[in-house]
Amino acid sequence: MFADYTWTELGSIFAMQGFAGLILFSVFVLMALGLAIIFGQMGVINMAHGEFMILGAYVTYLCSNLVEAYAPSLFGVYFFFAMALAFLAAGALGALVEWSLIRHLYKRPLDTLLATWGLSLILQQAYRSIFGAREVGVSLPNWLLGSVPLTDIIEIPINGIFVMVLTFVIAIGVYFILFRSRMGMQTRAVVQNRVMAGAVGINTEKVDRHTFALGCGIAGIAGSAFTMIGSTGPTAGQLYIVDTFLIVVFGGAASLIGTIASSFAISQAQSTMEFFLSGSMAKVLTLLTVVGILMLRPEGLFSLKIRR
Amino acid sequence: MTSLKSFMSRQELLGLLVIAAVLFVVMPLAMDIFRLNLFGKYLTYAFVAIGLVLCWGKGGILSLGQGVFFGLGGYCMAMYLKLEASTPEATAIQSTPGIPDFMDWNQITALPWFWEPFNSLTFTLLAIIVVPAVFAFIIGAAMFKRRVGGVYFAIITQAIAAILTILIIGQQGYTGGVNGITDLRTLKGWDIRTDEAKYILYYVNGALLIGVLVLCQIVLKSKLGRLLVAVRDQEDRVRFSGYDVSNIKIFVFCFAAVLSAIGGAMFTLQVGFMSPSFVGIVPSIEMVIFCAVGGRLSIFGAVYGTLLVNWAKTTFSETFPELWLFGLGALFIAVVLVFPNGLSGLYQSYLAPLVDRFMGGKGRGSDPDTSPPAADLTAAPSAKPAE
Amino acid sequence: MNTLSNNTDFLLSIENLTVSFDGFKAVNDLNLYVDENEIHVIIGPNGAGKTTVLDLICGRTKATDGSIKFRNKELTALREHEIVREGVGRKFQNPSIYEDLTVFENLELSFPRGRSVWGALTFQRDAEVETRVREIAEMVFLDALLDKQAALLSHGQKQWLEIGMLLIQDPELLMLDEPVAGMSVSERKQTAKLLNEITKGRSVMVVEHDMKFVEDIAHRVTVLHQGKILSEGSMATVQADPKVIDVYLGH
Repeated sequence: MFADYTWTELGSIFAMQGFAGLILFSVFVLMALGLAIIFGQMGVINMAHGEFMILGAYVTYLCSNLVEAYAPSLFGVYFFFAMALAFLAAGALGALVEWSLIRHLYKRPLDTLLATWGLSLILQQAYRSIFGAREVGVSLPNWLLGSVPLTDIIEIPINGIFVMVLTFVIAIGVYFILFRSRMGMQTRAVVQNRVMAGAVGINTEKVDRHTFALGCGIAGIAGSAFTMIGSTGPTAGQLYIVDTFLIVVFGGAASLIGTIASSFAISQAQSTMEFFLSGSMAKVLTLLTVVGILMLRPEGLFSLKIRR
Repeated sequence: MTSLKSFMSRQELLGLLVIAAVLFVVMPLAMDIFRLNLFGKYLTYAFVAIGLVLCWGKGGILSLGQGVFFGLGGYCMAMYLKLEASTPEATAIQSTPGIPDFMDWNQITALPWFWEPFNSLTFTLLAIIVVPAVFAFIIGAAMFKRRVGGVYFAIITQAIAAILTILIIGQQGYTGGVNGITDLRTLKGWDIRTDEAKYILYYVNGALLIGVLVLCQIVLKSKLGRLLVAVRDQEDRVRFSGYDVSNIKIFVFCFAAVLSAIGGAMFTLQVGFMSPSFVGIVPSIEMVIFCAVGGRLSIFGAVYGTLLVNWAKTTFSETFPELWLFGLGALFIAVVLVFPNGLSGLYQSYLAPLVDRFMGGKGRGSDPDTSPPAADLTAAPSAKPAE
Repeated sequence: MNTLSNNTDFLLSIENLTVSFDGFKAVNDLNLYVDENEIHVIIGPNGAGKTTVLDLICGRTKATDGSIKFRNKELTALREHEIVREGVGRKFQNPSIYEDLTVFENLELSFPRGRSVWGALTFQRDAEVETRVREIAEMVFLDALLDKQAALLSHGQKQWLEIGMLLIQDPELLMLDEPVAGMSVSERKQTAKLLNEITKGRSVMVVEHDMKFVEDIAHRVTVLHQGKILSEGSMATVQADPKVIDVYLGH
């Protein structure tokens, strides 16, 4: 399949597909980070994670429309507060869901899975009723449009660069929250020994709620970023949920580095193969490889050897 | 009657008789053939739900990929029927006559090798059982031998369902793609599209379902049935009592897979086509809810749960399409939060005592799922603890 | 380790056993022997590696190095259920029984027959099974409660039930992790009696904190500290050992 191309062409193809893969990588990381926090730290499978992401996307879409209509002068920077709003909206919904649903099910992980699936159906239908079944897109400010030419053939879109920078910043932020802040320390304490954490005065219920809300909030930001590279529809979130779960499991549930590494591996494999095979076969091969590896090494790529 | 008693309590026998009466008498009398065929379709999902009772309710193994096995069974049957419908005479207008129409549309000029054996009905019937069993064995052996379970297993099976769907849709020329394998006509020359055929297929399906229920009852009443519950609740204790826990899990997973495949094959026969929309993530997880609504511990409940949810789905999505997803979503949540034992749980707490009194029972052992047959053997007539 | 030469007369011989979790050596180069018909008690402060030793013998934890031989057969290469079938039974710290099943069914599932999938499908509750279940139930003081759901037993009765589930398998080596934890005084006495009774024809390894109870049952005591043996011998010897006194009282 390589025979039809010259070496320079091949190089450019890999570079461009690699870059397309980097954008996919960014969305994967953003989605998987939230999921990894919730699954890795709390052991909860949130099947509605994709819908939290789509909530963020719709919030961004609303902001873009409102600003365009009422405050066009601010249009250049609306994206930043749209992101903040997306984080807050998804986080608030997350806290509500934790309070009304998840906290009753901590000891029944399989049931959580079913309940959150039900939640995802409800959210999907809610989006369909409110925003309509058609996919919507946001208009981007001018400075995010266009692309940077690297060589004659290779061009890099600016919005792609922006999404990547954003992902980087958020990943660093999550690292600090989890491993350098008091909240993160409490979260990890609760994960390791719930009873003891409670005994030393940590409000474990509050920690659970904050952790869940944080994970959902990050999904909201992911949705914001998602609007720059794709259009938003009621069921768009569901398309990503399997991929992101595999990423989290593949990376080793509790490992931040693992999540990022596996996002990278899966997104690059998929987008590189996509150029040469059909899109569906690229996805089948990627997912099959991941499932195959997981069957051989169920603990994921990065995991600690722990005492059972 | 003594041998019957050992694997079926009075309550359970009654349950089986009621289901048989509903299937063979009530529904055929109450419905025209169109509705009956529709309910026959629902009943094919009940095979999956019954399998999930054993696998998930009893054994604690939640598979979110049962659609895979339903699909494997359905596709095996559909491939046979499609080949029979694709005689050179019937497909004379194609550029390559004698192969299924969708292959011709996709510029395929010869029957692929893996389609060849499906010219034989014997092979097809064997494949419906063997293919899903082998596939489930590979997945089960890889996962359970390495002690992968719980949510990990659920996610992996879900991913497999996603992969298979994408594969089927992507490989149009070999699988019929997103439309599936359609336009199936005859089975050994017998037209399956007539009303008479639909009646017969409905009864065949019902008989198979009763057979499966009896088979499951035998499994559940054997020591293996009690071991399943033991594995769910105290896996380590079972292991340290000298059992190879992974083999028990592999068995029940394969068993559930074969049941699903039988359902899939009957689906194809009754509905006349098979498509990837019965394989993927969404149908697979919906099959779990059929089981959960019926009560995850009761094989009889699973049948009613399947009928109820599907009937509701058809009714609501015809009249209030907007409300259906809200309803289904709420059902998922309610069945987890409010009534985790589903219909059979409600039956056990409210109706069973009345039925028991009516039948002249002494009110002992009100729960067929946990009440042991030990009472018949032990001399001491110690009463069951009051709930 | 060289496994050719060192066959012994001991029922169980543990040699140079080491296990490390991420560099932390929970058990460190341990040598320990159990005689036939011996009640061997392991004591030691928290984190000494007592439970880990039992985990290693029954295959729940895999050894990093060293050998565990049972009747001169290497156990470290076997899987858990294979070790059980060799004749090693293990009771856990918290009673692990099948709460949804009756006492009878709990014991029946532990009866060593029909352990394959097919065997379990075709298993028949015949006279032999029933006699044996009753016999064991009587031994562990549960003969009047055979039809009771196990979840409804008292804590002490659950502990006995689990011991009964091991006894019905007639293991040559029985390992008990804190068998009297959470028991009342009279239950303790009954348990001590039970242990002295069941040790006829088999060896028992016990991990225990309750010194009074240890004194009642132990033939030999091993004191573990930081994954190593601190002292070994009769209860009196161990209690007089200055190293032991230092570890227990010195800090």
